[in-house]
Amino acid sequence: MARILSILVGLFFTVALAWSFANGAYNQITEPPAPTAEHEFHLPPKEVHFASDGPFGKFDKQQLQRGFQVYKEVCSACHSLNHVAFRDLSQLGYTEGQVKAIAAGFQVPGNDPTTGEANMRPGQPTDYFPKPFLNDIAARAANNNAIPPDLSLMTKARHDGAAYVHSLLTGYQAQPAALLKEFPDAKTPEGLHYNPYFANLNLAMPPPLATDGQVEYGPGNPKPTVDQMAQDVSAFLIWTAEPSLEKRHQTGFAVVLFLIFATVLGYLAYRNIWADEKH
Amino acid sequence: MSFPWAKEYTPGNPLTQWVDERLPLPRLVYNAIGAGYPVPRNLNYFWNFGILAGLCLVLQIVTGIVMAMHYAANTAVAFDTVEMTVRDVNWGWLFRYAHANGASAFFVVIYLHIFRGFYYGSYKAPREMVWLLGVVIFLLMMATAFMGYVLPWGQMSYWGAKVITGLFGAIPFVGEPLQQWLLGGFAPDNAALNRFFSLHYLLPFVIVGVVILHIWALHIPGSSNPTGVEVKTQSDTVPFYPYFVAKDGWATGLFLVLFTIMLFYLPNQLGHPDNYIPANPMSTPAHIVPEWYFWPFYAILRAFTSNFFFIPAKLMGVLAMFGAILVWFFLPWLDKSPVRSGNYRPLYRKFFWFGLIPTMAVLFYCGGAPAAEPYVMLSQLAALYYFAHFLIVIPIVSAIEKPLPLPYSITESVLGKDDGAQLAPVSPDAGIAPAPAA
Repeated sequence: MARILSILVGLFFTVALAWSFANGAYNQITEPPAPTAEHEFHLPPKEVHFASDGPFGKFDKQQLQRGFQVYKEVCSACHSLNHVAFRDLSQLGYTEGQVKAIAAGFQVPGNDPTTGEANMRPGQPTDYFPKPFLNDIAARAANNNAIPPDLSLMTKARHDGAAYVHSLLTGYQAQPAALLKEFPDAKTPEGLHYNPYFANLNLAMPPPLATDGQVEYGPGNPKPTVDQMAQDVSAFLIWTAEPSLEKRHQTGFAVVLFLIFATVLGYLAYRNIWADEKH
Repeated sequence: MSFPWAKEYTPGNPLTQWVDERLPLPRLVYNAIGAGYPVPRNLNYFWNFGILAGLCLVLQIVTGIVMAMHYAANTAVAFDTVEMTVRDVNWGWLFRYAHANGASAFFVVIYLHIFRGFYYGSYKAPREMVWLLGVVIFLLMMATAFMGYVLPWGQMSYWGAKVITGLFGAIPFVGEPLQQWLLGGFAPDNAALNRFFSLHYLLPFVIVGVVILHIWALHIPGSSNPTGVEVKTQSDTVPFYPYFVAKDGWATGLFLVLFTIMLFYLPNQLGHPDNYIPANPMSTPAHIVPEWYFWPFYAILRAFTSNFFFIPAKLMGVLAMFGAILVWFFLPWLDKSPVRSGNYRPLYRKFFWFGLIPTMAVLFYCGGAPAAEPYVMLSQLAALYYFAHFLIVIPIVSAIEKPLPLPYSITESVLGKDDGAQLAPVSPDAGIAPAPAA
């Protein structure tokens, strides 16, 4: 009785699934899904290497400072860095005095100490990076109805994040003729910019790094080509997304090494204890 | 609650004697995981995952309590408090990654533990209660993990919560009011986040309670073993301490090595990047996917794409998703074969390795893939076999299969001979004879 009941319940689910499958197969044959421009022209990020890659990776502080410079001079006009405070910049190798000077270069919201009214004051190391827009409405109004996302976690918030940022910054191009030929309706709309590394191919952000030398690096640094600047700011955003990366790598090395040692001891103890018991 | 030859606890010093006379806790531990618990000597490494699951539970509770000290269950700040923990709390990043990856490790271990049970027939008499409690633990784990994933209030947290709580809306008549009552609103918001946090903190301790029952029930018949032949004499067993303490000890080391490599070097590998974007009810992610450990059941949910007579596809999906786990409760009665271990069941073994395992692999894969072809059709075929396996194949196989001859005893299977075998008449139900009672 239980067996018959179970087979009946089993048939209920399997027949329902077979029915769904049959319908799906029928639709697939009669109305095969039309190809989309996103599906055919979207590209995975280009391969790019950073000093922080791999299990022993460390930040290249010189590169992070250059990346910070790119963020400050280019990206910060539109993109916030909500989770980063000026004090954190000491991790990039800046001295206390330099951090104070950088902070003071930003205007942050404050209060007038005599009247209590809201005003702007120079930043201090304890302040966080100020937001470029008052709120989302202001951000949309200034950016063709798109909100520039916060960059603090960007390299963790996209697949293959740092490579994605690098590819996006260097990937702007004219829309390929082949795309327009195959998908005449997919022409990049007015005010958007074609970029095959962006999920839906058309991006509201105009190319932020347009010419070599747009940011002037100090002496002893590589030439600020668009590709170099894009790599530097990507490296900087790896740091903003995970300032503890170096410590994580180092701690992990000690922990894993210790555990391997302990496991070997544990294994030898196990062999010793079981030596006279067959199993 | 043990075999007659189990060693009796004798206090080693006046202090333990004093405690044991007033509260026999040392005795309880000795009989549960000490020298007082005789264990089949032939257990293979698949029997290590119970202890490892216990370790994961402790790890999750410890790291979770630390996380909760720095977390605020408020939609305005939840995402930021998690980031603050990672950035500004001493070793906060370690606790966060350990907790997030610890959940994954817990599910890896528990899936291996469950599938060990499937292969070796651990659910059969006299261990049905151990199995039933285990399925309860699995359901509680799923609820806990789901609610925990909502807490950081990222994009996948929010949309995952929306999709899963939306499933209750599929229940006829009462669905919509029920969904609103569960969420405390029309969509996941502060009320939902608060109650999820409360329950996420509560349920692990409920799991601890059920785990205690699970282990208690296990100690009545004692552990099963790869032959599925019950323990007969003392030579079939070795005391848990030191033998299995040593074996579990080094297996724990190996597990921790693999876990810490994941934790320190690939901490975001199993998470979804979208959960590093703060929740935004106005922007739906391109693909909403749950955490990897829900993928097989998510694939089953999405496999129902057509209405079945008067039952809407969505309701069918919800029924099937819960049914896929609830069917495990009936397994001890669906599988009537007197032989436990898959090693001695040629037909069952084939369906296990070439049916159930590939099916689970396909369901895992399709559950994480976008809801498009060919993934949907693949998951329909896999889900079809999944239900057929438990509800049709197992009952029929257990009726028609001719099992291989079983060894007389564990000792015989290990040593090739058992001196006791000549003395005892061969019992036809050697595979299911219950162990001597306590």
